[in-house]
Amino acid sequence: MVQFSDEKLKKVNEIVGRYPEGKQKSALLPVLHLAQEEFGGWLSVETMDYVATLLKLEPIEVYEVATFYSMYNLKPVGRYMFEVCQTGPCMLRGSDDIIDYIKKKLGIGVGETTPDGLFTLKTVECLGACGYAPMMQLGKHFREHLTPEKVDQIIEECRRTAAANN
Amino acid sequence: MARKLLLEKANVPGIRGYEVYRREGGYASVEKALKNMTPDQVTDEVKKSGLRGRGGAGFPTGMKWSFLAKPEGVPRYLVCNADESEPGTFKDRYLMEFLPHLLIEGLIVSSYALGSKATYIYIRGEYAWIPDILEQAIAEARAAGFLGKNILGTGFDCEIYVHRGAGAYICGEETALLESLEGKRGNPRIKPPFPAVRGAWDCPTVVNNVETLAAVVPIMNIGGEEYAKIGVGKSTGTKLISACGNINKPGVYEIDMTISVEEFIYSDEYCGGIANGKRLKACIPGGSSVPILPANLLLKTVKGEKRMMNYESLSDGGFPKGSMMGSGGFIVLDEDQCVVKHTLTLARFYRHESCGQCSPCREGTGWMEKILKNIDTGKGKKSDIDLLWDIQRKIEGNTICPLGDAAAWPVAAAIRHFRDEFEWHVDNPQECLVRNYGLAHYADPLEIATPA
Ligand SMILES: Cc1cc2nc3c(=O)[nH]c(=O)nc-3n(C[C@H](O)[C@H](O)[C@H](O)COP(=O)(O)O)c2cc1C
Ligand code: SF4
Ligand code: FES
Repeated sequence: MVQFSDEKLKKVNEIVGRYPEGKQKSALLPVLHLAQEEFGGWLSVETMDYVATLLKLEPIEVYEVATFYSMYNLKPVGRYMFEVCQTGPCMLRGSDDIIDYIKKKLGIGVGETTPDGLFTLKTVECLGACGYAPMMQLGKHFREHLTPEKVDQIIEECRRTAAANN
Repeated sequence: MARKLLLEKANVPGIRGYEVYRREGGYASVEKALKNMTPDQVTDEVKKSGLRGRGGAGFPTGMKWSFLAKPEGVPRYLVCNADESEPGTFKDRYLMEFLPHLLIEGLIVSSYALGSKATYIYIRGEYAWIPDILEQAIAEARAAGFLGKNILGTGFDCEIYVHRGAGAYICGEETALLESLEGKRGNPRIKPPFPAVRGAWDCPTVVNNVETLAAVVPIMNIGGEEYAKIGVGKSTGTKLISACGNINKPGVYEIDMTISVEEFIYSDEYCGGIANGKRLKACIPGGSSVPILPANLLLKTVKGEKRMMNYESLSDGGFPKGSMMGSGGFIVLDEDQCVVKHTLTLARFYRHESCGQCSPCREGTGWMEKILKNIDTGKGKKSDIDLLWDIQRKIEGNTICPLGDAAAWPVAAAIRHFRDEFEWHVDNPQECLVRNYGLAHYADPLEIATPA
């Protein structure tokens, strides 16, 4: 069952409190972020229904928002998602080569997840790091000035953290 | 060295924290405004400064503020646009990451001027680590008495909240942003009513860019008139430019708007020249939506004058022969870059980001991407180039919000200035897969039309 901890519920209340009285729908985007973090990195129908109940919304109000924004995952994703930017400025600095390198290295295509469930590769549009290209988002942070060597290091780092946490 | 008003203190160790920021003179503008000035006097000062919105459209900020409706008993809101998603643009991120207190200070003064007791920073979701930095700064400012109830004993109450988006360029458009703030899909609203009358939760609202609101701090500190003396003509003050692409020193630079484009690209103080000793082919000087210019038209206007880094000069020549300051996202292409391919990535971007409400935008962006992809991969026909032209013309001006125009312009400008490169792709379907068209004549000196 999907259920926030008491601590997270407090957080939800704090978020709702940022908006005017009766406008708790405004808390939807931040609360969906929170739910995605808490419940396995994606938003299942169950999770979305739970958020709807929490914010006193119709489930459809949550679905239509979750499907609009690119950061909400509507399917399970790997533990580490490589979101590589492919827009113009990054392309000028070799993002295509980086994407190819990751594909080869992990043996997956764009939109796919490695069989061990560790890595998902996704291409995304400009993330606001054009001057530090090529780049990708990994969780909360950006990894910039990517080279094949750097990609190797990042993959190693993820494998190590995953092993340590298992 | 150009005068710096925003980034002057960016390298002071510890400037992210309140202590150092305050020691360096931070929050003086809040004291000045709240204690000694009325809200209208603050707005007047901003009017005098000539400050123009730094989010892309360049609308005079003081004027925008004076349009805010002030019905009795209805709250008013200030919303800071930190959605920053226009390809090539990463200046607001820099400000928020390294000088969070500068933004908070600007927000407090601006909130006072507008009478906003709850001010929101709408930040793009991908900047996921920045809300922590901003919230820390907000907490510090509150602890020091600059936020909360009865600020500095003046009776003014104000809170600032950070609201994270979730991945949608369209939410940078102010009415889509307000929809998103209200927890809905980011579909732009039909205007009028304008946000100044009916904005967030149907209340009067001002939406301003991060850099615009940060600039209010130096305006208060040195005075609007003094600020207006920096720069030239209607390009007053300083402007942040985020430079990227094939240059030696990509990054965020603060310029006063009196330097030339040539100096900006080649001097060591700024971009440091084209990377790897190559030559300049083209540049998109104001973010992905503004027209691309070949090197010759970039450095000189059709009148043969040096092109300068300011609103007027960058747009000199109109759309056929000029471009725009836009959001200050400066994208440089060297001689080995393919304009067709670059334009394709932008078309893909706009197709991806179209909210889908208007058919010309929803369908047109998809068609443009498809046709450009064909041309780029050697499967195009000559007639495709005309078709592209036709589609972009039918999008422009026929949509609810300016994203349609923003998608049309890059395609139009690419065909206008680089048609031979598109044709070369069609004529050389094999060769275009393995090499680029190159510099061609784009760097040749301009032919100056002599008046009859
Ligand atoms: C598609 C689209 C995207 C936009 N994105 C941004 C953005 O990311 N940041 C921003 O400040 N303004 C953006 N704008 C402009 C805003 O609508 C609005 O004009 C601006 O925030 C006003 O602030 P300013 O007057 O301080 O520039 C965008 C406009 C459009 C049409
Ligand atoms: S122009 Fe495009 S992005 Fe703007 S409202 Fe219409 S469909 Fe949506
Ligand atoms: S184009 Fe990749 S971060 Fe902007």
